[in-house]
Amino acid sequence: MSNLVLMTLLLMVMALAYQLGLTRSKRVAVTTNGTGFRMHSRPTYHGMLVAFWAVVPAAAIFAVWSLAQPGIINALVLAQLPPEFQPTTDTEQRILLRRLANLASGFGLTEEAADYELAAAAYLNQLHGIGRTLMTALMAAVAATALVLAWRRIEPHLRARNQMESIIRWLLIICSTVAILTTVGIVLSMLGEAFRFFTFVNPLDFFFGTTWNPRFSTVGTDGQTGFGMLPLLWGTLMIALIALAVAIPVGLMAAIYMAEYAPSKVRSTAKPIIEVLAGIPTIVYGFFALITVGPFLNQLGASFGLEIRTTSALTAGVVMGIMIIPFISSLSDDIITQVPKAMRDGSLGLGATKSETIRKVVLPAALPGIVGAILLAASRAIGETMIVVLAAGNSPVLTANPFEAVSTMTVTIVNQLTGDLDFASPQSLVAFALGLTLFVITLLLNVVALVIVRKYREQYE
Amino acid sequence: MNTMQVSFGEKKDNAAQAEHAVKMSARDVKVFYGDNEALHGINMDILENEVIAFIGPSGCGKSTFLRCLNRMNDTIDTARVTGLVTLDGKDIYDRSLDVVQLRAQVGMVFQKPNPFPKSIFENIAYGPRLHGLVDNKRDLDEVVESSLRRAGLWDEVKDRLEAPGTGLSGGQQQRLCIARAIAVSPEVILMDEPCSALDPIATSIIEELIDELKGSYTIAIVTHNMQQAARVSDKTAFFHLGNLVELNDTREIFTNPQDSRTEDYITGRFG
Repeated sequence: MSNLVLMTLLLMVMALAYQLGLTRSKRVAVTTNGTGFRMHSRPTYHGMLVAFWAVVPAAAIFAVWSLAQPGIINALVLAQLPPEFQPTTDTEQRILLRRLANLASGFGLTEEAADYELAAAAYLNQLHGIGRTLMTALMAAVAATALVLAWRRIEPHLRARNQMESIIRWLLIICSTVAILTTVGIVLSMLGEAFRFFTFVNPLDFFFGTTWNPRFSTVGTDGQTGFGMLPLLWGTLMIALIALAVAIPVGLMAAIYMAEYAPSKVRSTAKPIIEVLAGIPTIVYGFFALITVGPFLNQLGASFGLEIRTTSALTAGVVMGIMIIPFISSLSDDIITQVPKAMRDGSLGLGATKSETIRKVVLPAALPGIVGAILLAASRAIGETMIVVLAAGNSPVLTANPFEAVSTMTVTIVNQLTGDLDFASPQSLVAFALGLTLFVITLLLNVVALVIVRKYREQYE
Repeated sequence: MNTMQVSFGEKKDNAAQAEHAVKMSARDVKVFYGDNEALHGINMDILENEVIAFIGPSGCGKSTFLRCLNRMNDTIDTARVTGLVTLDGKDIYDRSLDVVQLRAQVGMVFQKPNPFPKSIFENIAYGPRLHGLVDNKRDLDEVVESSLRRAGLWDEVKDRLEAPGTGLSGGQQQRLCIARAIAVSPEVILMDEPCSALDPIATSIIEELIDELKGSYTIAIVTHNMQQAARVSDKTAFFHLGNLVELNDTREIFTNPQDSRTEDYITGRFG
């Protein structure tokens, strides 16, 4: 029986259990009606509770069994191998087990199988069959027992509604834990790999080195040089700053117009249209930068006698700035709208004009929130990859000239991890160190932004 | 005759008030919110240096009318005002009139204290700076001090002018807003239920303040509290369902109302 069938069966059991619980609770309610006795919970809650108990323990058994079974079966198979064929190293054991699994499934064989191998494969198949039967039987037994017990528990006093409430609470807790654990897991895996990288390269050379030119050398040779991160960090910051220089004025003024001047009809149309900018895939921005903005800036520069490369920090920065406009305009618009009308009335009532009111009362009051919005946009800009891959020119040199090609941390990560490479070499491990640094930078920006936004929220309460 | 116990302030100079000039007047003022007519043609004269109270049940249009007097209704998208409102004989809805200038002449204090999230000093200095009423820091300090003194707040805040205005108590905040309005030297001060968010002690302080201010300013006050109208005002206007039902000397309104609706309201039969 395949897993899919099992899952379908479980779902059917769930539906059945729900119906059973529903019917029984209705019957109990009817028989007690004469005595003036009321059910504590509505029938649907009893149904849900029975369905929960019928399915969840069985599903838990399925999950635990599926995790534990391969290990146990492998141990059993290895144990019955003739002593002369016992694998001696881990690698040998892995290869043997893979071969046996291939044999058992009948796919992927490269050479003729020996007799002992065929026997082992047959044993493996047999064990799989037994395991699956046992698991199915156990699941059926548990589901049936739990269903009957839960079904019999139904009586007027049973607080099915409250019990469902705590079940739902646990469900929500588990979901949020998954999100948090994923973050922790990502950070830990990056930490581990980054640590391995730092066994090859001195952290000081990495964080403060000014040359980025990692040569491909074999593992274990000394003198890993050219891993200086500063050119990449500088490229990242320069592009992010250019992007903010584009996005802050445009986004903020758009927000002010939408929040303060635009009639509500215009606002309700314009805001979603601006937000579409955030929904355009970044790869599309990338070739927009490459084939439209880059040549345009190049020609514009030429007419002023400036030499602007087609792919440069400026091209990438300008296009990225366009991309983050909606982050700033939408968030700032919400924040400006939240400033109480009483503030505006107070200022207008003193004879201030609209723009005086905005400049002197509304914006200062909204400033912390706007700064928060800008920082969120900045962390988005720093982590952005596709636009810079295509439009920044990929030249990891330390330059202060925005018209020159640069490279960023994200682009370098892409470069280091694509192509034919050895994952144990510092050339690819450096990607994790860079990723970790990038993560720390954006995390700090986000934390600062959140702190500022939270402080702002308390201001009018 | 109603049996309500009301005390009257200094309203013995009714005869003298009759000679006061008309400061503001309204002729057939109608206000529409969208298609809905909220005020049905109000006619009223407000005399110089008198306190006039607008009373009436919720939704009767008294606040709406007050907001016509310095064109604060302009800030509501759907609101439309027709009719004639004058200040010193000049139409305030005339196209040639600068609404910014008007609001400097006709100041406003709102229902909920709304100090800016700035320091106490900056709250007061805001208006004078906008209108260029002062040239240097010393003059500004003077304006701030005198405004706070007139609002009776100086002694309480003189040591912490740099503290945020939002940190004051509700009553102090409202006096700060009154001081803020005074600082631009208005001729008329409109107060929209200035005490409705305040406790009784803060209320009585504001009422005393209104009494002191009426020597220098014309004051129109909207209130839900009839005792307050009786205590602070010279004239009282009773609004009902968008109509001005009765306007008379406060003593007359409360002792000898001409209209049965006024009598029903002030004796507490509705509202």
